[in-house]
Amino acid sequence: MTKALISVTGLDTTGIIARVATKLSDLNINILDITQTILDGYFTMMMVVDLDGAHMEFADIDRELQSVRDELRMTIHMQRMDIFDAMHRV
Amino acid sequence: MIETGEILQTMHMIQQENFDIRTITLGINLLDCSDADPEKCARRVYDKVCTTARDLVKTGEDLERELGIPIVNKRISVTPVSLIAQGDPLPIAKALDDAAREMGVNFIGGYSALMQKGATRADERLLASIPEVLTVTERLCSSVNVGSTRAGINMNAVREMGEIIRKTAENTAAQDGLGCAKLVVFANAVEDNPFMAGAFCGIGEPEAAINVGVSGPGVVKTALEAVRGEPFDVVAETIKRTAFKITRVGQLVAREASQRLGIPFGIVDLSLAPTPARGDSVARILEEMGLERTGAPGTTAALALLNDAVKKGGVMASNHVGGLSGAFIPVSEDIGMIEAAQCGALTLEKLEAMTCVCSVGLDMIAVPGDTSAATISGIIADEAAIGMVNNKTTAVRIIPAVGKAAGDTVEFGGLLGFAPVIPVNGYACEDFIARGGRIPAPLHSLRN
Repeated sequence: MTKALISVTGLDTTGIIARVATKLSDLNINILDITQTILDGYFTMMMVVDLDGAHMEFADIDRELQSVRDELRMTIHMQRMDIFDAMHRV
Repeated sequence: MIETGEILQTMHMIQQENFDIRTITLGINLLDCSDADPEKCARRVYDKVCTTARDLVKTGEDLERELGIPIVNKRISVTPVSLIAQGDPLPIAKALDDAAREMGVNFIGGYSALMQKGATRADERLLASIPEVLTVTERLCSSVNVGSTRAGINMNAVREMGEIIRKTAENTAAQDGLGCAKLVVFANAVEDNPFMAGAFCGIGEPEAAINVGVSGPGVVKTALEAVRGEPFDVVAETIKRTAFKITRVGQLVAREASQRLGIPFGIVDLSLAPTPARGDSVARILEEMGLERTGAPGTTAALALLNDAVKKGGVMASNHVGGLSGAFIPVSEDIGMIEAAQCGALTLEKLEAMTCVCSVGLDMIAVPGDTSAATISGIIADEAAIGMVNNKTTAVRIIPAVGKAAGDTVEFGGLLGFAPVIPVNGYACEDFIARGGRIPAPLHSLRN
């Protein structure tokens, strides 16, 4: 399983989770975990997803997320979970 | 499952504290490129580098995107050129520079000679060509090993290097002596160092190897801010924990790069390598320990603790640690060092003391333009002696600032930064350097 973290930050508005989740669903990417909070009006969400269902290259998936970035005007980063596992789990 | 706090910590390290992978360096063996015809040798070198390294930059960029961590440099190190150059080494130098440009790497290292015990004819030809080569090439880096704990110090080479550094500075005076920033004089040079300008692929290395250098002085500095006033036991422990985390990411990148390129993983070099950017300074870590300025009494002790704790933390995080591993103290590449040198807190003599306990040596130091070749050789001899006696790598990368005096500034730009010209002891050592010969290896070299 290729797990990735998708972090979404920016000004809070209606339908952020729905928009991101719909895009992931379209790409056949399964969501494994979601943490979300509002800090001083700033929406902060972290999703752990499984990329294997998409059968696409990492860069292509990231490119697909561009339309969501443009539409929501939010910062959306995707990076593989391996970096967090390497740093925090022995 | 990883906790949110841990994810945020990693992101904070990368986004706010300048944590990055400083370099993926591909070591390439060139021994099979040697030929009596220099032009033919150069063609073979170019072809081999371009074949072996063709996917290096793309792989680095892919990993950077996927893992979300900057991989600042992708570089190449090759077999010391004096070992393959049977004739004029200049065509090989140009071929390496062209190959670096073609591959999109900013530096290629290995225009080198290992002459701690004496010079071959090829070593002599290579040395003589260094000032011209560093003037006509853009990305090629040169290094010369003049001493080792096993062999002693080749004082003939030390004498020549003083003159070569002066000539290189004069040739590149219009760029503030930039050529000298690409020239390192080593004692106890290591074969798997991924950092420039001293990287080369030693003869004990495999056909090719991936060596990765991590960095992150800003991360260590931030971690120490949380333990202000605590005893040194706590300071050392905090640095170790931080170094462990940094190195684990280096190990991950090295493993992935190795798999994708189909080239064996060599080592992770767990060095704290500063840049001139704010928040990316080794000097600031020393100051965080309680020094008003780097160079103040206590600086050497602080650096000794830092260097050791980085190694202890990092060594558990990687299955092969090597290179130079420790804390670098280049003056022009570290804003805290630059400021300390500018205000007079940090002198050449204090820097020399610091090199007894740092990972390398006198690095990126600008000295007055009228500093004689013999004085530069004297500085090299002192530094090589520290390396030889203490069983450690030491180096000198010094820039005579032609036409400038103490207090002026030289500017190299980019990662090489800028440096104040600092004064040098004015008493002469001409007669000492003129002797030549070899300083014998110390007693403790006889360890068998």
